[in-house]
Amino acid sequence: MSAPPPLLEVRDLGVTFPARRGRPPVRAVDGVSFDIAPGQTLGLVGESGSGKTTTGRAILQLQPVSAGTVRLLGRDLTSLPAAELRAMRRHMQFVLQNPYSSLHPRMTVAQILAEPLRIHATVPRAAVDERVAELMTLVGLDPAMTRRYPHEFSGGQRQRIVIARALAVNPDFVVCDEPVSALDVRTQAQIVDLLQSLQAKLRLSLLFIAHDLAVVRAVAHRVAVMYGGRIVELGDAAQVYDTPAHPYTRNLLDAVPVPDPARQRARLAEATVDPDFRGREADTGACVFGIDHAATGTAPWHEIAPGHFVSCRFWPRGVTPARG
Amino acid sequence: MSPLLEVRDLTAQFARDGVPATVVKGISFDIAPGESVGFVGESGCGKSVTARAIMRLAPEGSSVAWGGRIGFRGQDLLTLSEREMRDIRGRRIAMVFQDPMASLNPVMSVGAQIDDILRRHTGLSRKAARQRTIELLGLVGIRDPAIRADDFPHQFSGGMRQRVLIAIAVSCQPDLLIADEPTTALDVTVQAQILRLLNRLRRELGMALMLITHDFGVIAGMVERVNVMHGGEIVEAGPIDQLFAAPTHPYTRALLAAVPRLDGARPGG
Repeated sequence: MSAPPPLLEVRDLGVTFPARRGRPPVRAVDGVSFDIAPGQTLGLVGESGSGKTTTGRAILQLQPVSAGTVRLLGRDLTSLPAAELRAMRRHMQFVLQNPYSSLHPRMTVAQILAEPLRIHATVPRAAVDERVAELMTLVGLDPAMTRRYPHEFSGGQRQRIVIARALAVNPDFVVCDEPVSALDVRTQAQIVDLLQSLQAKLRLSLLFIAHDLAVVRAVAHRVAVMYGGRIVELGDAAQVYDTPAHPYTRNLLDAVPVPDPARQRARLAEATVDPDFRGREADTGACVFGIDHAATGTAPWHEIAPGHFVSCRFWPRGVTPARG
Repeated sequence: MSPLLEVRDLTAQFARDGVPATVVKGISFDIAPGESVGFVGESGCGKSVTARAIMRLAPEGSSVAWGGRIGFRGQDLLTLSEREMRDIRGRRIAMVFQDPMASLNPVMSVGAQIDDILRRHTGLSRKAARQRTIELLGLVGIRDPAIRADDFPHQFSGGMRQRVLIAIAVSCQPDLLIADEPTTALDVTVQAQILRLLNRLRRELGMALMLITHDFGVIAGMVERVNVMHGGEIVEAGPIDQLFAAPTHPYTRALLAAVPRLDGARPGG
């Protein structure tokens, strides 16, 4: 497969939160690497505190980065001077979870959508109204509603406005952090459909951060599973969901409630003890795959099938990779 | 078997900005002793208000006019005095909410909070109450319960706090446990632990369970019968397997079709 050059290339990304009140510094994100191709979605899943939101913020340079590089359209964002970074912001946008708090309550929808157009001066002043109407249509809202305020819209409509605002400046890359988790299931499905049709139309690359594994399955081409600030598994959605290789991924997938009474009862009936994933942090000696990464100078990262990668970190004691 | 809970034509009317709004519009359902019954629906469908009606708790910052009848052990809960209701709440019918932090007193040790409830409802001595508190914390799966009893809520994780609330809820061996989105704020692996715990306690203590959730996956493994709510009404009710296999109401079908699946299938897409 000769893939096009990635739109986004993240290498060894690290974020360290400084020491506080006698506690040691926290490595919230550690050695995170992945690519996103043009027009593709990478789903980033993990539980609270796994570092997925911090990863998204660090990529957008909304969070100081302590290690690694983030290349968007070939330019390393971590070393750009402030003015050039500001210019690059046109290419990368953010959609947040809460459509209630991420829209200014005293601004009309027209003002909300015109703001990024003014800041980045992407359209002539005379064409702003026209572009605002176009954005409304793009996200499935009636352009006649632009003089209304956010509170006059439902949760799903507000999330459409948030998406329209992110798309106002024609970005290439959008980080969506839990974009549908505050919404009801039918509205969720509509927003997921909208994101997919926009992606096809505009060739957007998305980083889709969510704790809901079923939603991510519906939207992502590739999926990264985070635990303890690191990616423990990365692969095509089908690889990660159908043949999960890291014990943490398997644990996570097994815990997801499935909307099928007989299967879900059986899942709950299995007596399980949650394994301890914190073991095996030593950097020397052979890893679960039999490689001494300190001696060979390699990353603790194994390609078990084309494009399917697994970390040898965070394996519970006594658990070894399946052979075959 | 005669039902434990017999709800008939229940209505709930709020005054919103001075305008009355009926959020529960005359619903009827039964729960048998030891039975597990679910309520699913989207936000604003009236499922939480229905749960609160049985406890006769008005949603925060509002007043509500209840109508209809809530039969429980031969009495109509809607006609009881507030004083009589206090004897039912927590003792006969207990409730667990979504946000465990908001339901615990942050400046009181977890053990003291459970002691308090036990002593108020059962008249146990201080010493006997603490003994029972330690038993209860052990029952809900808290390790070293005698030591953890002296910890404060902030020293517990979200899942542990929900376990504490469940311990409080089952402390007086209620006939009915109402759980309103008990796992919505929790991570998926912790959610699975709490669901298993609720199933085990229901079996061991013989309680009936009324589970309110928006999540079709959660409801699927937990209940025998389910009521689908929409716009303050029950639009479909039936045994869980039948409702998932052959939903009859278009609203139920639309909801089920929108649920994303782990295997990537999108029945609605």
